[in-house]
Formats: sequence, C-alpha cells, structure tokens
Amino acid sequence: MRELFRDSEHLVRLLLLFAAGTLLFLVARALLVPAGFGDYGHFRAGAITDNAARAPRFAGRTACAECHDEVVADKAGGAHAGVGCESCHGALGVHAADPDAQIPELPRVETLCVRCHEANHARPAGFPQVEPAAHAEGASCTECHEPHRPDA
Amino acid sequence: MSYDRRRFLADSTKLLLLTGAASEAWAYVSSGRPEAAPNYDLSRHWWAMFIDIEKCIGCGLCAKACKEENDVLDEPFYFRTWVERYRIPAKDSADLEAEDRPRVDSPNGGIDGFPDVYPDDGAKSFFVPKLCNHCAHSPCVQVCPVGATFESPDGVVLVDKDYCIGCRYCVQACPYGCRYIDPRTNTVDKCTLCYHRITRGLTTACCEVCPTGARQLGDLKNPDDPIHELLRAHKVQVLKPNMATGAKVYYNGLDAAVR
Repeated sequence: MRELFRDSEHLVRLLLLFAAGTLLFLVARALLVPAGFGDYGHFRAGAITDNAARAPRFAGRTACAECHDEVVADKAGGAHAGVGCESCHGALGVHAADPDAQIPELPRVETLCVRCHEANHARPAGFPQVEPAAHAEGASCTECHEPHRPDA
Repeated sequence: MSYDRRRFLADSTKLLLLTGAASEAWAYVSSGRPEAAPNYDLSRHWWAMFIDIEKCIGCGLCAKACKEENDVLDEPFYFRTWVERYRIPAKDSADLEAEDRPRVDSPNGGIDGFPDVYPDDGAKSFFVPKLCNHCAHSPCVQVCPVGATFESPDGVVLVDKDYCIGCRYCVQACPYGCRYIDPRTNTVDKCTLCYHRITRGLTTACCEVCPTGARQLGDLKNPDDPIHELLRAHKVQVLKPNMATGAKVYYNGLDAAVR
C-alpha cells in the first residue's frame, strides 16, 4: 500500500488543480447565468415579467361602460352593438384612468364610416356596403344614421 | 516580508472558495420567482386565437390598433399584425396563365384600407388577418442561439430584449413572416399577443377594436371560454399544418391558396 502512494505528491497537485478549475467554472457560471434562467425552460424567467410590464393604451369596452352606460344601452340591440368603443374613438386608456387627462376627439365621419362600409369585392357579401357617392349624394352619413345605432 | 508559494496557494484557494460561496448566496437572494401580474397564474392559461375569415371586412383597424398599442414603427414594413387580401381567379386551375395566379396584396398592412382596384369578374376575393401563430413547437425558438426567444408556460412566444443579439436567425426561421428587426434597438420584435393586456384580464388590442368579431382571443385552459364552442362549431384550420409548428391561431373559412 505504502508502495502505491510513495510518490503521491504529484497526484495531490493534480487533484488540487482539478478542484480549482471546477471552482472557477462554478464561480463563472454563477456570475454569468442571469437570475431565473432555466426556471421554466431555456430562457430568463424575468423576461416574462418584462413583457407584461407595458401599460395598456386601449382601455377596453368594459372600462368605457363604467361611466358611459347610457351609450352602451343605446347601442344594445343595434347593428353596432358588437363594435368596441375604441374601434371608432381610438385608444382612450389615458382618458379611462383620468377623464380630464385626455379629452376624446369626435371621430371624422367622412373617413370613419367608409373604412368599413365602402363597397369592396373582397368583403363578405352579407356585410352592408355602399358606394358613398351614389348612396348619400354628398350628404354626411350622420345626417341620416345615428352612429351608435345606425339601423334605427 | 516573505510570501512563499505555499501561502500564496492557500490564500488563493480561500479566496476562490469564499467568492464562490458569496456569489451563490447573492444569486439566491437576488433571484426570486417572477410574477407576471398580480393574480395571474402562468400555469392556468394556454392562449390561442380564433379568426373567422368569413367575418373579416378588411377595415385594417386591428393592424392600426396594434401599432398604437405596442409602439410599432410607422413604416409600412414593420407589422406585428396585418391584413392580406387574396384574389383567386374564377378559372379552371388547369389553364391558369402566370397573370391568373392567386394574388395577394396588403397595402400598408391594410391600415389605410384596400382600394377596390380589381374588376368584378367573378374572382374569389377575401381578407386574411395575419399575426404570430404562437406555435407550441415554434421554429423561431428552436434556432435562437442565446435563449432570447421562448414559448412561455402560458403558450405565448415572447422575446427577451435584454438577451437578443439581433442575429436574425428567427426572422428567417418563422414560416409565417411574423418577425422583424426593430432598428431602434437592433433586436427582434414580434406580436406578444398583447401580453401586457392579457395578463391584466384584457383582450388584445386587435381583438378589442375588431368591429365584426372576426378575431377572438381564447384561453384553451379556461373551460368557460367561448373559444371551445367556436372551435367545436366551425371547421377550423391552421396555417401550414404540414410544418407541424403547433400553431394556435385557428382560422375558420381558410382557403387552400392561403400561405
């Protein structure tokens, strides 16, 4: 036995070197791999939170209904009942958070209605479409139609 | 003062051991499980979208709202979602000339509407809204060399902007053309399925403004979500099913010509 470990000093050195290398690797890994990496997969778990951090700009129709319930009641049952408020009125997240911080502008009828209702061959046949010039003879859409309830 | 080799080795070993222990401890302290939003449990959602082509009127409000909600650049080649118009001639496919091939156009992603330029010659024409398909086995995630893009546990393909090196592998890998490089950050950008909205209980911006309900966000893990009834009642298809991407944007009324 003693014969076997007679010149063991070089083995100990080698072992120490190996241990030092392993330690160096562990330290480097601890410093370089970001926190949360591998929690859910091969990515940084904090990136999920980063993506969720933005503030929404569109408030959503439920937020509008909290104050403007009379408009929702007006729309109910009409052809535009399913159309969200912000489809026509634009993003109003700031207004929903603080009504005075953003005063919504009235949409411009000339460009608004035709976006959906100008005749186009690619539109579904059952969808109400008009040739604006022939249909209204120069009159504004809102002279005949109430935008929140256009079929009334 | 003598500082021999023995002491030097002993000291450096101690230093190594202590630094290792300290950094491990620091990592443990500074990590902590991330929380996407209060009351939002990652494991209880599996997001998908249902798109009814027969309801899409090509108004482009979805693409417009997406740019506003997500601060996407205005130029007509940066889109997280866009609308395409397909036109398929009413001819027997056997004797199609080159100019008779199905045509696709998407002027400014459909944001400014689609000029009715084609004659009414009986051609089949329809709109197809496009966005990231949030594949369950997405090719873009597989090619990312740095782990900067990933499928989140709730089924959304997201990008880690801090780790993206802008190598563009994923832009090439996406079979649906849904990624682009944002020149402001030189990192990749794509649809996040409005992750900041859906984790707060809102629907996506595109679904919020869609006037006909052609686009609907759905949570496949929520048994009460209307998407289950939509998927049951319609004959749905995904884009490029042959690529086995596990796409989760389900189209009703999808024509075979759509790519």
